[in-house]
Amino acid sequence: MKTFGKTLLALSLTAAVAGAAQADSKVLHVYNWSDYIAEDTLANFEKETGIKVVYDVFDSNEVLEAKLLAGSSGYDVVVPSNPFLAKQIKAGVFQKLDKSKLPNWSNLDKDLLKALEPSDPGNQYSIPYMWGTIGIGYNVEKVKAVLGEDAPVDSWDLVFKPENMEKLKSCGVSFLDSPTEILPAALHYLGYAPDSSDKGELQKAEELFMKIRPSVAYFHSSKYISDLANGNICVAIGYSGDIYQSKARAEEAKNGVEVGYNIPKEGAGSFFDMLAVPADAKNVEAAHVFLNYLMEPAVMANITNYVQFPNGNAAATPLVDEALRTDPGVYPTPEVLKKIYTFPDLAPAVQRTMTRSWTKIKSGR
Amino acid sequence: MKPSKLARYLPSGRHAVIGIPFLWLFMFFLLPFVIVLKISFAEADVAIPPYTEIYEWADNKLTLLLNFGNYIFLTEDALYLSAYLGSLKVALFSTLLCLLIGYPMAYAIARAPKSQQTVLLLLIMMPTWTAILIRVYAWMGILGNNGLLNSLLMGIGLIDTPLQILNTNIAVYIGVVYSYLPFMILPLYANLVKHDLSLLEAASDLGSSNFNNFWKITVPLSKNGIIAGSMLVFIPVVGEFVIPELLGGPETLMIGKVLWQEFFNNRDWPVASALAVVMLAILIVPIILFNRNQAKELEGRP
Repeated sequence: MKTFGKTLLALSLTAAVAGAAQADSKVLHVYNWSDYIAEDTLANFEKETGIKVVYDVFDSNEVLEAKLLAGSSGYDVVVPSNPFLAKQIKAGVFQKLDKSKLPNWSNLDKDLLKALEPSDPGNQYSIPYMWGTIGIGYNVEKVKAVLGEDAPVDSWDLVFKPENMEKLKSCGVSFLDSPTEILPAALHYLGYAPDSSDKGELQKAEELFMKIRPSVAYFHSSKYISDLANGNICVAIGYSGDIYQSKARAEEAKNGVEVGYNIPKEGAGSFFDMLAVPADAKNVEAAHVFLNYLMEPAVMANITNYVQFPNGNAAATPLVDEALRTDPGVYPTPEVLKKIYTFPDLAPAVQRTMTRSWTKIKSGR
Repeated sequence: MKPSKLARYLPSGRHAVIGIPFLWLFMFFLLPFVIVLKISFAEADVAIPPYTEIYEWADNKLTLLLNFGNYIFLTEDALYLSAYLGSLKVALFSTLLCLLIGYPMAYAIARAPKSQQTVLLLLIMMPTWTAILIRVYAWMGILGNNGLLNSLLMGIGLIDTPLQILNTNIAVYIGVVYSYLPFMILPLYANLVKHDLSLLEAASDLGSSNFNNFWKITVPLSKNGIIAGSMLVFIPVVGEFVIPELLGGPETLMIGKVLWQEFFNNRDWPVASALAVVMLAILIVPIILFNRNQAKELEGRP
């Protein structure tokens, strides 16, 4: 879950646009994450197909889900992350894709499709768009200054060992504000399954966090992008693409801040954002044209080059900028890939336990 | 010709006039409330919408299934109680602060020359022409660690390190008092401007001091304005969500945030609805007091 404020802004804009929604066959309503498409993708699509795209953005899965579950969202294409998608499929939110209208389907990464079967059995409802990992973003110089040359910047030890955190406190550490994406990292670090639903194990994860809590500057899901870039904080546990964005910003600003990103060697969580078509979409035909367009290798590579997240399109990989393609933080090596886990679709009781733990960790109550 | 008995029951123009506010209340208060009440007795489900139906019609039998589990659940975790108390505390102190700041302002406007009063009132209302979200965002820019306030204080050498104001309860109070101050000032002004100043003159003639005049005459006469303003601030602040979310920190625990978590993070619309119903029940007490006061005001009694 990202910032609420941005969400409100997006919501109010969305409401204005959705109000003007019509069932015009030449208009397609797309609801995607903010900053999650190349600048020219939509213009190129409109030029090529003559279909006009009304493009709205959200910045939290929860907001998207509330709209979808209330029904009649008015969108033809939406992009939930995989654990949310799994639940939404069960709730009957989406329609099956017509693969005869998606000839570019063969470009997708077969291994990835297989890995996504737990969320979408048979890959019937969704197409992987972008994916990424949740790892360690850090200010190279400051962390070295605080913890010395051999600072464990490639390990969860960096943030889960209280003695490291006590030192890092002076320069600032942030975590994503998302219990279901961060608590699994603590579970995994403690040697439990990251998708554990055992109350005792979740309790241990909470205790681990309580120990380091006094040294955490804040929990937030987007503020760290600018704070890491301008040196306000020195470690951010965040989304890979966002940290690469932060790195690019620091380079642009030429402020002497060098941002690094590592997928911890113990393993890390990954998220997949999935393209899907709501069951009550008005323009199913155009939705399929759009999905097929997005699966074109050149289009997908262009988006990856812009947003700095890897995509789920195997044919697009050779077209991605070499610097990104060969960066193990963006495209993990096969050994690292083996240690990456996905977030499961949680049972309501587990979800509730995690939310409650998170409140306790953050507010002490 | 005498109007027939039937005509008395047919809608007339007068009924239509009275009917509009009732229709409004029905559509925008009662109906949504009944829907929320209904959801609060359901169970969470993986479906659209994400809760079960509370009634069933089968074999000519209507079955009503009320699940009180959501309400019982609220009593089992101290989080909910402390969130309600947190909201009430913020609302209470914000109301007091609004009163402390708003009363002198309203008093000054009411005693200003008639020609200036409109301008002064306009100045109070003008900020509300901008969306609340934008104004709260502006406060984030003012209160931040490298925001306007800290830069200014550091610039003039008053402090060396930035004051941590943003993301604390202090920022929440600043945001709330700022946003709701007009709702305190306007009813107070409306009340103060009607006062008969000859009462004060008479008291002075009899040797009362200005201070005494204020406490013994002006304040008691403005009681209704104080109550109206306080209610207009207190009631919405209890349910406030945007301001604490944007300006508050992790220690800010208010019911609006807990509601959001139940609704969005836990996907539990029934528990979220139960929380909202309980909040309404808590607010009904001050609302009834407010209405009673309004009724008195209309009757012209002090």
